[in-house]
Parts: sequence; C-alpha cells; structure tokens
Amino acid sequence: MTTLAVRRTGFPFWLGVGAAVVAWLVAWFIAAPLALWVAFELLPLEAGTPLGEAVAFFLYDVPKVLLLMFGIITVVTLVRGFFPPEKVRGALAGRGEAVGTVAAASFGIVTPFCSCSAVPLFIGFVEAGVPLGVTFAFLISSPMVNEVALVLLWGLFGPAIALIYMAAGLSVAILGGLVIGRLHMERYVEDYVWQLRGPGTGASFEMKLTWEDRVRDSWSYTKDLVRRILPYILVGIGIGAFIHGFIPTDLVMAVAGPGNPLAVPIVVLLGVPLYSNAAGTIPIVQALLGKGMAVGTTLAFMMAVTAISLPELIILKKVMKPRLLAVFVAIVTSGILFVGYLFNFLIYT
Amino acid sequence: MKTIEVLGPGCNNCARLEKNAREAVAMAGVEAEVVHVTDPREIVAHGIMSTPGLVIDGKVVSYGRVPSAGDIAVWLSEPATP
Repeated sequence: MTTLAVRRTGFPFWLGVGAAVVAWLVAWFIAAPLALWVAFELLPLEAGTPLGEAVAFFLYDVPKVLLLMFGIITVVTLVRGFFPPEKVRGALAGRGEAVGTVAAASFGIVTPFCSCSAVPLFIGFVEAGVPLGVTFAFLISSPMVNEVALVLLWGLFGPAIALIYMAAGLSVAILGGLVIGRLHMERYVEDYVWQLRGPGTGASFEMKLTWEDRVRDSWSYTKDLVRRILPYILVGIGIGAFIHGFIPTDLVMAVAGPGNPLAVPIVVLLGVPLYSNAAGTIPIVQALLGKGMAVGTTLAFMMAVTAISLPELIILKKVMKPRLLAVFVAIVTSGILFVGYLFNFLIYT
Repeated sequence: MKTIEVLGPGCNNCARLEKNAREAVAMAGVEAEVVHVTDPREIVAHGIMSTPGLVIDGKVVSYGRVPSAGDIAVWLSEPATP
C-alpha cells in the first residue's frame, strides 16, 4: 500500500488556512454595506427604483454567493471525503430492503457524487448485491440533496428552510427507492451489468490521507467547481436581480403564490428539463421567495432542477434500459410534485 | 516500462488527472505510458466507483480525487511493492 510522503509543510500551511478564514469573515460582513454604498452612493441610482434595486441585489448577491460557495463547498467536501462510495457500498450490501433504502438515501447526502461517477457507482452497487431499490434511493438523494444547495439555503434563509429541503429530498429518495424496489425492475438493467466480474465488496483498499492532503484536495476541488459553475451563478443572480427589481409581487403571487394550486406542476415542468447547478437556482429562488412564491413550490422547483439532469440521464442510459430510465424519471417527478404540495399544505393551511 | 491508467468517463476531473499523470512522468523521468480508460465495465473491474481513478502497473493508487503531478511523481519513483 502506498502512502503520500511529499511536501507536507505543516505550520505555514495551517497559518495560511487561518488567514483565509479571517479574510472570509471580513468579506462576509462588509458585502452588504459595500453593495449598498456602490449602488446608491457611487453610482447615480436610487433605492426603491426598479433599476436601483436590481443593481443593488446583484452587487450584494455576487460576493455573498461566491463566499458561501467557497467556504461551504470546501468544508463539505472535507467531510464528504470520509464517506467515499466504496466504503458506503460495504455498509449497504447486506441490508434488508427498508433499512437499506433509508440508509442509502441518508448516505447519498454525505457521499460525494459526480455525475460522471453515476455508471461505475451504479454497477458497483448492483454487483455488490445492493438491492436495486436501495441503489436508486442513493442515486436520487445524492444529486438532489446537494450540499451546495443545502448550505446556500442555510446561509441565505436560515436552518429551518435548509432542513426542510433536506427532509423533502430524503423523502423523495426513500419513497422512490421503495417503489422502484417493489416494481422488481431488475430485468430492465442492462444485461452486461449482471455479468460483470469485479472484486466485489470490501476489496477496495483504503487511501491514507493526512489532514493537509484533505484540505488541499477540498480547496482544489472547490476552486475548480466554482470556476465551472460561475456562469450559471452569474446568470442566476442576474435573473434573480431582474425579478427582484422589475417583476411585481402581484404577478408572482398570482402565478406561483400559495393561492395557485397549479403552481407546483408548473415549476416542476419547468425544472425537470432544465440543467443548472443548484447554486444557480438559489438566487432565483431567493428573489421569488421574496416576491411571495410559496415555499413548497420553491422547494419543488429546486428539486426538479437538481434531481434530474440531462447529462446524468445520458450517462445512466448506459446501464439502464429506456423503460427503467423512464420509471426513474416518472417516480422522482411524482415525488417532487407530492412534496411540493405537501409542504404548501403544511405551511399554508 | 510502467503502465499508468487513468480511469474515468472523460469528464473534467479525468482530463486533469491525465494531464497531471503525464506531467508526473516527465518529472519523475521514468518510462511510462499513460492510458485513459473510459469503459465503465473496465473501471468497475478495478473495484472503483468514484472516478477519476489512477492505476499504476495494475495497482489502484487513488480514486475519487485528482492527485497533483508531484504526488504521482513520488508514486512513480517508489520501488514496486511485492
């Protein structure tokens, strides 16, 4: 077994980490006052005007969202590094259906999961004898209960909304997994998956990583991720700013407020085919909530955008026959609709 | 000559890993060929589920992360373990 033995610098590294944390805190607290100052003192804009409000929103939101992303993704990636799917698979393999499904959905939250890993992950789970429904519970919860979304929600709306989102995502994953398990769709998995010879459970070695390795990994991953999703974020904030400044509250309330029973299907239909990183949806969600969009409807929109993405479906098509894929999409969509209505019901009646 | 396999379907991280691997070969000054494996069946055959994975001479040395060229160079310079 190999171990890493390079450039572990020790103290200077941790000093740098400390300095970064301080810089982050400073930036966090001056973001709002600075944005207002730039919008209304430096630029000839006025508070209360559509353009003024839109620009202020944009200037305030960009640094906030960027700071949240950098801070949170780094920390969460660090934690997730302790739960690689290879380890989780071993824990899920022997379990009964109900327990396994709940466990899988829960693990899905903490396990790092890049869409490109979808196929090896699926195959790996199935091969190890993890029941199909349990595997799906993991596949559903992992991208949907996205750590970025959770933490942005926490940072912008407080712990209540974040926890509600997490509970909603878990419910959809567990119910979806149980239903798919009941349907016994094993024959709709591509045949070659069942014939694969792999090392099986527990054969993967465990990598030895120091804390410094882990922090460096997390930071490097974060930088790369933020760079890649920056366009989505900026577009999202732009749209959010526009909504905040220019869209009248009455319009949003009419279409997507608690009073419109069709709001949930509308946003889910919009969200499913959309592909955006969860982070890009947050500013839009922020603006819409501010304009009176119902909470359940908002959650449904976020989940619809993040749970199913076209690139992921294309990748999964390699291991699932079209019928299974269709069932997967149908169940997740139904679950999201249900959760949207449920939360609207719970909160507004 | 060493064989280095980069396991992954070709996303961003796999591309970075391949780049780091090639750099590492140059840094370590060893003779090695770098192969990018994208077939999911082959990837899973190594017991890996989180891509990208790195295999040197048939042994899995990393998965789920992108080690730097420096780290890979160290692995390349280590004598083969029995």
